[in-house]
Amino acid sequence: MKIKLVSSIVFATSLMAQGAHAETLRLLTWGGYAPEEVIAKFEAETGHTVEVTTSNNEEMIAKLRATNGGGFDLAQPSQDRITSAQEEFGIYKPIDMSRVNAELFIPSMLSATAGNTTYNGEVYGLPHVWGTSGLVVNTAQAGDVQDYTDLCDASVSGKVSYRLKRPTLIGFAYSMGLDPFAAYADTEAYQGILDQVEAKLTECKPNVKTYWEGGDEIKNLLRSGEVVASMAWDTGGWQLNADNPDITFVAPESGALGWIDTFVLPARGRADDAAYDWINFVMQPEIAAMITNTAGNFTAAVDGDAAVSADLKARYQGSFDQSAIDNIKWYPPVPAGLEAIEGATLDRINAAN
Amino acid sequence: MSSDASRLGFYLLIAPLLLWLVVLILLPHIGLFAVSISEKTGVREYEIGFGNYAAFFTEPLYWRTFARTAIMSILATVLTLLLGFPIAYYIAKLTRGRTKTTLFLMCMIPFWVSELVRTYGWMILLRETGVFSNALQYIGLTTGPIEFLYNDAAIMVGLVYTSILFMVVPLVTTLDSLDDSLIEAGYDLGGTSFSVMREIVIPHAMPGIVSGCIVVFMLSLGNYLTPILLGGKDSLWFTGMIYTQFITRFNWELGSAFGFLLLALSSLVVFVGLKLSRQSLTETMGR
Repeated sequence: MKIKLVSSIVFATSLMAQGAHAETLRLLTWGGYAPEEVIAKFEAETGHTVEVTTSNNEEMIAKLRATNGGGFDLAQPSQDRITSAQEEFGIYKPIDMSRVNAELFIPSMLSATAGNTTYNGEVYGLPHVWGTSGLVVNTAQAGDVQDYTDLCDASVSGKVSYRLKRPTLIGFAYSMGLDPFAAYADTEAYQGILDQVEAKLTECKPNVKTYWEGGDEIKNLLRSGEVVASMAWDTGGWQLNADNPDITFVAPESGALGWIDTFVLPARGRADDAAYDWINFVMQPEIAAMITNTAGNFTAAVDGDAAVSADLKARYQGSFDQSAIDNIKWYPPVPAGLEAIEGATLDRINAAN
Repeated sequence: MSSDASRLGFYLLIAPLLLWLVVLILLPHIGLFAVSISEKTGVREYEIGFGNYAAFFTEPLYWRTFARTAIMSILATVLTLLLGFPIAYYIAKLTRGRTKTTLFLMCMIPFWVSELVRTYGWMILLRETGVFSNALQYIGLTTGPIEFLYNDAAIMVGLVYTSILFMVVPLVTTLDSLDDSLIEAGYDLGGTSFSVMREIVIPHAMPGIVSGCIVVFMLSLGNYLTPILLGGKDSLWFTGMIYTQFITRFNWELGSAFGFLLLALSSLVVFVGLKLSRQSLTETMGR
């Protein structure tokens, strides 16, 4: 009996001793941001284990809100969705910059994200992967589609798809010559813009085949030829381009919408050591290139594009010339409560006949 | 001593039921109700009130969506009954032994895969580049591809397919319990097929019909996947609206109020249905 007790104590302490070094990192991220090979390398190098849950912006916030910021140790929402979620629900904790190897980050992106994710004087986000949304078009059948409003043209009737979400509202507003980001802080002006967009999208509804929900769904629709023009992410267009040279990503005339996905620490995360280890690990240039090759988007890592496949670079350069890059509209932080106004607009568009 | 033991036995037996009722039904509903009566007044500021419930009745969009969901669910229930009754009658009355088991099994086999897979199966059949569209073009009935997906008819097909088993099973059970000699006696007394069906079979099967209808109606009303995936841009469904309130709008308060309204209004529809068919819940569910 005694021997058994002693041995179990020894066993327990050995577990605890191990726990101080090796932790389980519960990562809440997007599909493609944590490839198997990167996880294997990280686990071999640090001894931590990684559990990945893939999700999207809204679900990340909803999940963390349900647990008051528990259940995960590292999350990757977009930078514009951090301060409002922190203000409303308090689900994150500040980043300890002394534990991050800042030299790995492109300085301009690091400071821009820090600026956009500062709440009450504390920084909550570090930049990781960035990309844009714009138009993915089958150029052989819908070569005239150059801007979001072209999706409502009669020539592509019944062969169009976009999401019924906030990027669509923003994209159409810019395409109609409005400036929604400038109106973020002014609820009334923003409502005015939304009303105009609502009228446009309601009028456009007969043109739409379906509102897509997930990346695989829209890729399927474009690949089968059922949809020839859509509003979607750049990576989706580039992946399709590899199979069918006619389909590619087109930066809209009114500007592609730029997003940056970040690293944030959930308020009740338990494995901060592993989280910082993961951040410093994946921002190394060669690991960042591995992530770019699977996710299709570039990262904020210094020299992260050096080892990226030549095909992907060529597609990127084909879609973005310098003026298109300069014209990217980067999402500013969304003020708290804006989603409720947009939600009512989206509901009305969904219900319109 | 023996009474103590039997009392202990009683508590042990009732414990799982109580746990289930309290932990899985009572507590979540109390929590949901508490959330539904808090109105948001500012950042992290809430006050108690029924504003979320009022929003349902003042914004036409919400109650129209509910009405649409309820009417389509009732229609799906009627269609399922019309389709399921002949199937159940055939299985229960016109087959014996191994054939009966085989037919019953064939009704159940589609339900061995998840609802998501079944719905994707329908998407492969109905989409513009799908099986039906290609088959019609192959035999020359149409010249161009046809889109069957993303409309109300597609939703209806999906709902009926998803819930038909839950209509067939109670019907087979009640029809099985009907003595064949009663049907024979009906014919001997000069009844026609129609009058035998109307006077003997349907009255006997009524509890099965009603319980099947209640289950199918509730399943359709609470379905999320089928209307969203098959309905596409026209997939306005009340459960989808609850999902968007919770997930994309971060508006748990309104979402909870919708949840309670769904519970109350669907119970009301079932109550009215029971009254109209002159059945009682104890009679239909007790069988």
